[in-house]
Amino acid sequence: MKKQLLEIAHGRSGDKGDAANIGIIAYDDKGFDVIKRELTIDRVKKHFDGICFGDVERYELPNLRALNFLLHNTLGGGGTVSLKHDAQGKTLAAALLKMEVDY
Amino acid sequence: MKEKIKIASGQGFWGDLIDAPFHQVTKGNIDYLVMDYLAEVTMSILQKQKNKNPKLGFAKDIPELMKRILPVCIEKKIKIITNGGGVNPISCAESIIEVAKNIGINKLKIAVVLGDDIKDRVDELVSLGCSLNNMETNQSIIPIKEKLLSANVYFGAMPIVEGLKLGADIVITGRTTDTGLTLAPMIYEFGWDKENYDLMSSGTVAGHILECGAQSSGGNFMGDWQSIPNMAEIGFPIAEAYPNGEFIITKHSGTGGRVSFETVAEQLLYEIGNPEDYITPDCVADFTSIQLEDLGNDRVRVYNIKGKKATEFFKVSCSYSSGYSASATLTYSWPQALTKAKFADSILRKRLENLNLNFEEIRTEFIGYNSCHGPLSKNIDESLINEIMLRVAVRSQDYNSIERFGKEIAPLILTGPPSVTGFAGGRPKPSDVVAYWPALIPKKFIQSDVKLIEM
Repeated sequence: MKKQLLEIAHGRSGDKGDAANIGIIAYDDKGFDVIKRELTIDRVKKHFDGICFGDVERYELPNLRALNFLLHNTLGGGGTVSLKHDAQGKTLAAALLKMEVDY
Repeated sequence: MKEKIKIASGQGFWGDLIDAPFHQVTKGNIDYLVMDYLAEVTMSILQKQKNKNPKLGFAKDIPELMKRILPVCIEKKIKIITNGGGVNPISCAESIIEVAKNIGINKLKIAVVLGDDIKDRVDELVSLGCSLNNMETNQSIIPIKEKLLSANVYFGAMPIVEGLKLGADIVITGRTTDTGLTLAPMIYEFGWDKENYDLMSSGTVAGHILECGAQSSGGNFMGDWQSIPNMAEIGFPIAEAYPNGEFIITKHSGTGGRVSFETVAEQLLYEIGNPEDYITPDCVADFTSIQLEDLGNDRVRVYNIKGKKATEFFKVSCSYSSGYSASATLTYSWPQALTKAKFADSILRKRLENLNLNFEEIRTEFIGYNSCHGPLSKNIDESLINEIMLRVAVRSQDYNSIERFGKEIAPLILTGPPSVTGFAGGRPKPSDVVAYWPALIPKKFIQSDVKLIEM
C-alpha cells in the first residue's frame, strides 16, 4: 500500500548556514519502521533534486521515533546572502512529507 | 537548595510576541524569565547601530519591556536573564537602571557579561596563531578581515552563573548560547558541578526546548495543528526543573497552545545536526538519550539525558559585509496568471542583460506556485489559478547594478503582460548583504568578565 508521508509523520525544518535541517517524526512505531526503511539518503537526495546541491546526512533518533536530515548547499548561501523566499528552509519539512512511500 | 525551579521562556527571537514576557511573569508563578534576542545576523545590525551611536547596540525593546515587567519581577522575586545586551550590554544595563529610577524602584542589581566581543582583537588573535578559518569551508579569514562587521564568541552558562552568584536580579549578556540562558539558573540554584556532563546536558536540552518560544508549545506545529486550542493567546513554554536533571515542560494554565510529546519532539529536532553531538560551550549533549513522557494536561516529563565533556573550543560568530541585494514583486491575475508572470520575468531578464549589469545571482520565484518547494511543485491547471506573484531577487557586489534593477520593475506594468498590479511600495531599495563566518577559537584565548551594576 502506498501512503503519503504526511499521513504517518510530522516534522520541522530550519537552517544551519547554507544547510537545511529536516526532522521527521513518525506518529507510531510502525510509522517509524516505515520512515527508517524508506527515507534513505539516496531517496531523500533524489526527492530534493534541484533544491539540495550538496550531500545529505541522515541520523536516527529512536527515542523520538524520528530521523534528522542535514541537506548541505540547499539554501542559496543561507542567512542574508540567500535570495530565496524561503531562505531558512522553513517549508522543507512539508516538502519531504509530500513523498509517497510503501506502507 | 531549592527543590525545583520554574524557568520561563519570554521570547523566541527579537520580534516575537511583545506581550509574552509580561504574561509569563503575571499569569502564574515562575522563578526565572529567560529571553533570547540574538539571531546570527543580529549582531551585525547592532554593531552598525553602535557605530552610529555608542549608547546603542542592544535590543532596544528591552527598556520598554522592563518598564512593564520590573515591578512584577521585583515583587515576585523573578530573575531575568537575557542575551539582549547585543554588542553593548553595559548600555543595556544602564538603560534598565534609568527605567527603574523613573518608575520608583530604588534597589536593583544587574550583572553584565563582557568579553564575547573580539572584533577589535582579530588581528592579535590571528598573530597568536588562531586561524579563525571558516569552520564550514576552511577558508582563511584574511581576505575578509577588513570587511568584518562583528565577531563574537558564544559563551555558555558559566558567566551567567557568576552573575547570579554576585546577587544579580538581572543578567545581561552579549553573545551567549540560547541554551546557556536556561542552564545557568539550574547550575546556580541546584549547585550542579560543571563537570557533571549529564546534568549540563539536561539543562542544555531544556534550553533548546525553550529557546524558540512557543515553537514547543503549539506554535508552528506540523502535526494536528488545527486542533491546537486558542492559538491567539498561546502560552510560552516553562521548564519546571529538578536537582536530578529531570524537568517538565509546561505552560501557564488558562493560556492557549499545547505541550505534548509531539510539540516537544518537533522542537527537539529543530536546527540540529548530528543528534549525538549537540555541541555547546558547556557540554556535548546526546539528543538520542532524551526520554519524553507525556503526562497529559500540557505537561511533558523529560529525563535520562546523557552528555559528554565540552570541546576545547568556543564557537565564534563573525559577520562581514558582502555586497547588496534587492527583491521585487508584481502580481498577475487570471487568466494565464503563471504564463504572464513567466513572460514578465523573461522580459525583465532581457532588459537587465541589455543594460550590462553585474549580478552574482538573479533568482525568480512564482509565489502561489513554486516559491516554497521549487521543482517539487506539482504541475497545475492554470485555469484554476486566480493569481500569481512574481518575485525576482538579485545580488551583486556592485551597488549601481542593484539600484538599476529597482528601476526596471514598475515599467513592466505598462510595457509587459496585462492584468498586473501590486507595485504601490515604490522602487525596491538595495539592502546590505551580511555574510556569516563561523569559526572556532581555543578557549584559553578568551576570558569572560562579569561586572555588577547596582543602584
